[in-house]
Amino acid sequence: MAEYNAMDTAAFKGVWVFCEQREGAIQTISYQLLSEGRKLANDLGVELCGVVMGSEVNETYVKALGGYGADRIYYIDSPLLKDYTTDGYAKVLCDLVEEKKPEIVLIGATNLGRDLGPRCAARLHTGLTADCTHLDVDVEKYKGFLRSTSNIDVDNTNFEENTNLKMTRPAFGGHLMATIICPRFRPQMSTVRPGVMQTQAFDEAGMEKVIIEKITPALTAEDIHVEVLDIKKSARKMVDLIGADVVVSVGRGISSDPQKGIALAEELAGVLGGVVGASRAVTDAGWLAADHQVGQTGKTVHPRIYVALGISGAIQHLAGMQDSETIIAVNKNANAPIFEAATYGITGDLFKVVPELIKEIKAAKAAL
Amino acid sequence: MKAIVCVKQVPDTQGKVAVKPDGTMDRAAMATITNPDDLNAVEAALQLKEETGCEVVVVTMGPPPAEGMLRELMARGADRGVLVSGREFGGSDTFATSQILAAAVNKIGVGPEDIVFCGRQAIDGDTAQVGPQIAEKLHMPQVTYVADIKKDGNALTVKRMLEDGYMELKVQTPCLLTCIKELNEPRYMSVSGIFECYDKPLDVFDYNALKDDALIETDTIGLKGSPTNVYKSFAPPVKGAGMMVESVSQLVGMLNDKHLM
Repeated sequence: MAEYNAMDTAAFKGVWVFCEQREGAIQTISYQLLSEGRKLANDLGVELCGVVMGSEVNETYVKALGGYGADRIYYIDSPLLKDYTTDGYAKVLCDLVEEKKPEIVLIGATNLGRDLGPRCAARLHTGLTADCTHLDVDVEKYKGFLRSTSNIDVDNTNFEENTNLKMTRPAFGGHLMATIICPRFRPQMSTVRPGVMQTQAFDEAGMEKVIIEKITPALTAEDIHVEVLDIKKSARKMVDLIGADVVVSVGRGISSDPQKGIALAEELAGVLGGVVGASRAVTDAGWLAADHQVGQTGKTVHPRIYVALGISGAIQHLAGMQDSETIIAVNKNANAPIFEAATYGITGDLFKVVPELIKEIKAAKAAL
Repeated sequence: MKAIVCVKQVPDTQGKVAVKPDGTMDRAAMATITNPDDLNAVEAALQLKEETGCEVVVVTMGPPPAEGMLRELMARGADRGVLVSGREFGGSDTFATSQILAAAVNKIGVGPEDIVFCGRQAIDGDTAQVGPQIAEKLHMPQVTYVADIKKDGNALTVKRMLEDGYMELKVQTPCLLTCIKELNEPRYMSVSGIFECYDKPLDVFDYNALKDDALIETDTIGLKGSPTNVYKSFAPPVKGAGMMVESVSQLVGMLNDKHLM
C-alpha cells in the first residue's frame, strides 16, 4: 500500500457512517446518521458506506442499513469486536480508513462514539468536530441554512465555493454557533448526538440493492489492552426523551425548591401525557439524572409540545429543543431568551403558574 | 509513582457571559474557574496519593494567569504544578492541544505505575476529545467516563459509564482515565494547603522546553497545526418573541383551540 497521507485530500472519496451496535443490536443513531450521510453523499455524487463492527451480528440487521440509505456496508466480523473496546475498534476503523480513504466519517456522539472518534482522529492526523447539530457540503444549501438560523447577512457575505464539510455546533459554552471546517486533512470527521438528525423512511429497494462486504480484520488479542469484565444495565428505567410526544423541562428556576419544582413538572407531564426533561443546570446540580438533560450536550428532542419551566434559554439548551412543534415557556424574567424561541410565553413564578396550569388543563380535558 | 492530572481553566459560563462586538466570547471580562470534571480528576489523584503515597502533578496549558488555578490545586493537595504556556501554542484546536499536552506529560515523565487523569470534557468546548487524543499520542490505553477506580498493583478495575448502565473494565498502568462527577466529591483547599501552595514547585514549559519532543512541530501545534478552523461563527437571528399570554386560562384556551391537548 502506498504511504498514507491525510493531506492528499484528492485521494479521499465517499461518505462513511460508523454504525454502532450494542449486544448485536444496531443503535438507532446509525439510521439517523445514514439518513444524513445519504444527503451529503448525494450532494457530492459519491457512495455512502456503513461500517459495522461486531461478532456474528444478525445479517438481516446489517442488510437493513441499506434501507436507510447505505450503498455499501463494510461488516467487520471478529469475536474480538463483540463488545466495544477503544483499542480494538480504533485499530479496525483506522486500518480501514487508511485502506479505503473516505472523505467524511460520521460517528454517533454516544458514550462509545465520543471515546472512539477522538482516538481515531488523533491516529489519522485529522480534525474531528464534536456534537454537530448541522452538516452541509453544498455552499448554496449552507447559505440557505444560515438564512433561517443566523444573524449573518448571507447575500453580502463572501463564501468560498468548495465541498468541504461545514460542521455547525454551539460554541463558547453554548452562547454562539460556530461552523467548523477541516480543509487540509481527510477524512473530515464529526460526531452527532442521538436525536439531532431525523431518520428517513425505510426504503425496501435500498435494502435489496446494498452491497455487503464482510471483512475479517487483522486484529489480535494483543492489540487490545483493556479487558471487558462485565457490562451491566442500569436498574432504573431511562427516560425516553427523544421518542416523547410531550416534554416538560425544568431549569434553574426550580432552585429555591428543586424537589417541589420537579414534582410539579412530573404532575404537568402526567396530565399532558409526557415526560420530564431538564436543562444542564438541573442535571449538573444532580437534581435529576443526566439522561433527563435536553440540549446540545444532552438530548435533542422534537416533541409536539415542549414546556420550559424556569429555563432561561441559552443556545446550548435551545439547540436541543427549538424544533419542537409548540413551545410553552414560563419564566420570572420577562427578558429571558427562551421567550424568543417560545410559541407561547407566560411571565411568572413557575411555582404559582404550574399548579394553576395543571388545574386548568384538567378542567379543559374534563369538558372535552 | 505519579498521578499526572491535566486540567483546564475555563470561563464560568454559569455566570454572566460577556460577548465582544464581533460576536466572540470576551474571556478577559469573565470570571474563570477550574473545569468541573477536572476537579474530579484531581480528587481521584489525591485519593490515590492517600492510598499509595504517589506524587500528584497538575498540568495545564494556558496563559500565565492560569498559575493561580495551579496554586489552588496545590492548596488542595497536589505536589507540584506545570504551566504550559507560549504564544506558539495559541489557537490550538483539540488535536494540537493534545500534541502539546502529551509532550508536556512526556517531559514530566511517565513511569510504568503512573496514571494520567483528565476530566471527561471542558464546559467551554464540551468536546471530550483532548483526553483520548493525549492517550493516543502517548500510546497509552484509555478509559473514558470513569465513575469508579479500584487499584490492585499495576492493574486497575474501572467502572465506565454508559447511557443505560456501565462497563467494568480492567486496564494496566500506565494508562489515561477521563473522570466524571459521579467518581467522587472534590475536596476543598485546606488552611495549611493554602499556606504551603506558594512554596510548592511550579515549572513553566514554554516552546523551547518542549521543542525537542517529536510531537512538537510548527505544523502540529498552534493555529497552524490545527486541522480544524472556525469557518463562520454567528448568533441566532433576532426572532420576534412568541406570543406573550397574560393568564393561564388564556393559554389553556389557546391550546384547546389548536387541539394541542
